[in-house]
Amino acid sequence: MAVASPSTVMNNVEAVRHTLYEALKNDERTLVLGEDVGARGNVFLITKGFIEEFGAERVIDTPLAEASIVGVAIGMAMEGLRPIAEIQFADFIYPAFNQIVGEAAKTRYRSNGDYTCPLVIRTPYGGGVRGALSHSVSIEALFYHVPGLKIVAPSFPADIKGLLNAAIDDPDPVLFLEHKKTYRLVKGEVPSEHYTIPIGLADVKHPGDALTVVSYGLYVHQAIEAAQRLAGEGLSVEVIDLRSIRPMDRTTILASVRKTHKLLIVHEDNKFGGIGAEIAAMVAEEAFFELDAPIRRLCGPDVPAMGYALPLEEEFMVSTDEMADAMRELVRY
Amino acid sequence: MAEAITKPALERHGLDEEQLRWMLRNMLLQRTLDNRGFQLNRQGKIPFATGSEGHEGIHAGSALAFARGRDVLVPYYRDIGLCIGIGMEPLQVLLAMFARAADISGGRQFPNHFTGRAIGLMSISSIIAAHLPHAVGAAYAMKLRGESGRAVLASFGDGATSEGEWHESMNFAAVHALPIVFLCENNEWAISTPRDRQMKVRDVVEKADGYGMRGEIVDGSDPIAVYGVMNGALERARSGGGPTLVEAKCYRFLSHTTDDDDRTYRTREEIERHRHLDPVPRFERVLVEAGVITSDDVSAMKREILAHVNDVTDRAEALPYPLASDLYTNVYEGTHEPWL
Ligand SMILES: Cc1ncc(C[n+]2csc(CCOP(=O)(O)OP(=O)(O)O)c2C)c(N)n1
Ligand SMILES: [Mg+2]
Repeated sequence: MAVASPSTVMNNVEAVRHTLYEALKNDERTLVLGEDVGARGNVFLITKGFIEEFGAERVIDTPLAEASIVGVAIGMAMEGLRPIAEIQFADFIYPAFNQIVGEAAKTRYRSNGDYTCPLVIRTPYGGGVRGALSHSVSIEALFYHVPGLKIVAPSFPADIKGLLNAAIDDPDPVLFLEHKKTYRLVKGEVPSEHYTIPIGLADVKHPGDALTVVSYGLYVHQAIEAAQRLAGEGLSVEVIDLRSIRPMDRTTILASVRKTHKLLIVHEDNKFGGIGAEIAAMVAEEAFFELDAPIRRLCGPDVPAMGYALPLEEEFMVSTDEMADAMRELVRY
Repeated sequence: MAEAITKPALERHGLDEEQLRWMLRNMLLQRTLDNRGFQLNRQGKIPFATGSEGHEGIHAGSALAFARGRDVLVPYYRDIGLCIGIGMEPLQVLLAMFARAADISGGRQFPNHFTGRAIGLMSISSIIAAHLPHAVGAAYAMKLRGESGRAVLASFGDGATSEGEWHESMNFAAVHALPIVFLCENNEWAISTPRDRQMKVRDVVEKADGYGMRGEIVDGSDPIAVYGVMNGALERARSGGGPTLVEAKCYRFLSHTTDDDDRTYRTREEIERHRHLDPVPRFERVLVEAGVITSDDVSAMKREILAHVNDVTDRAEALPYPLASDLYTNVYEGTHEPWL
């Protein structure tokens, strides 16, 4: 099958696909399981051709039942395999909540290390794709409260490869979030050799010194675009791509805030109790006297979901213009 | 059990005298450990205990059918006898009761939530039926690696068969013809909810049909019959014959746990009506009548067991609690800190 040649430009779908392919090729303990990952090759064609190459035993079309997709993968992991489970859309992960929160995250802890759960759960999340109520959701805040779980949400192809490799190698359960709008929108250079990016490290994607913007997922790309616009206006904004949501990179955030003295957090998930709340609390605890302006959060509204109709979706999503406006305001504060 | 009890009748399924006595000892040991838990609770020495009185026949017969060193057990909290039957030390039961640091879970888990990777005993939570997909995953791993000769034994109560994860596990295992035996210990009650409020079918085993899975019913108060059915089902699983749902009928003689008072939902008469099903005195009588063991030897066995349980009780009690700082270990492989 056709896979990447050395240092290729890929989009995010191809980066996930390339990394999964390499994992299945190089480690016979790995397997993928989920709905329609076999003959269909996953609804975004991420695993297309895998079943022919690796067989139906390692590319498992599961029954349509998310609790057991995750639960069976937990058992495989406890018994020595390296399962990579897929939830077709993040919106369908709720039936598996018990298995993720109650079981996977507690396996090592409750057995005091007698058993571990080296499991990856991949799922496409996020909106802006006319996905309506049940194909647009962000789920990270529902899970980032949970000790024992790791969560990553890279949105650049090279980060996806490095973090997916790290997730597969990780001895603990990792929730791997893929923003579906970036799947074909975002392209970038991906080194072809095997490498990992440590889980828990953020990345400064656009350096600047007058304002720190922390984001992840689709909005990192918009934030970078907004920061570039502001650069044209002579305003210098630093954009940090969190990449990892749990654990999170305090060092990079604080170093930036100590330099810029201002913080804007941007995420698609709704504001109340979201990732931004934790970051804001941490910065208030650790660097209160460094701040020259109130911390600001630009987030999804606190409604149950984005609607199907375009105005409803657009109202939910934060536009690049809105980000640029918020950045300007804070820089000038 | 047969009317006229003869040794040949007991030695069906290829069981020999030694195995019959091993099962009796397992049952007596479980009951003694059970009683110890309730005693220690009443003495205020441990906060909580769960008993398995009535389940001993299921545990002894199933444990004997378990292939040590090959099979994997994914039990539930009612399975003391099964766990010691596959090789867990009784001391572990007491260490868990006292929540001592030397408990394999380090004093984290409730009593009866054992783990023992070294003997093929998978860690479980208290969440009903949540362990069953794990059992299926373990069976999948065995099949994928071509490890014929291995199987998973997963157990649960009648109440568990209402949970979604139970259904999903049955279905997944059947679709993939996995080497697993699902053992339902049907004791007629799920805390205070009787069977007819739990399910419309009379027998749990009827549910197997819905998954295209083989199902078998066995009298759970007869360890020999349990051994026969479980051995057959496990052998079939180990040799590629796919999964089986075994329903072992029994009765729960004690309250659900030390925190439950069963007088609020069932009569004493009902319990007495089931007394003849109590597997421990029944199996003891059967073995004595058939001449497999003498009453004197049974008494000696009981004394030996009691002495052993007294000894492990003292040893466990004398050991220290975990340290407060142990709260922070084994969250992840490295630090538990969410901020790096
Ligand atoms: C998901 C979940 N719901 C509820 C409980 C509380 N609970 C503990 S045991 C139990 C009854 C289980 O009955 P059954 O499966 O028949 O097993 P038994 O205790 O009778 O052996 C309940 C409701 C739980 N532990 N987990
Ligand atoms: Mg019950």
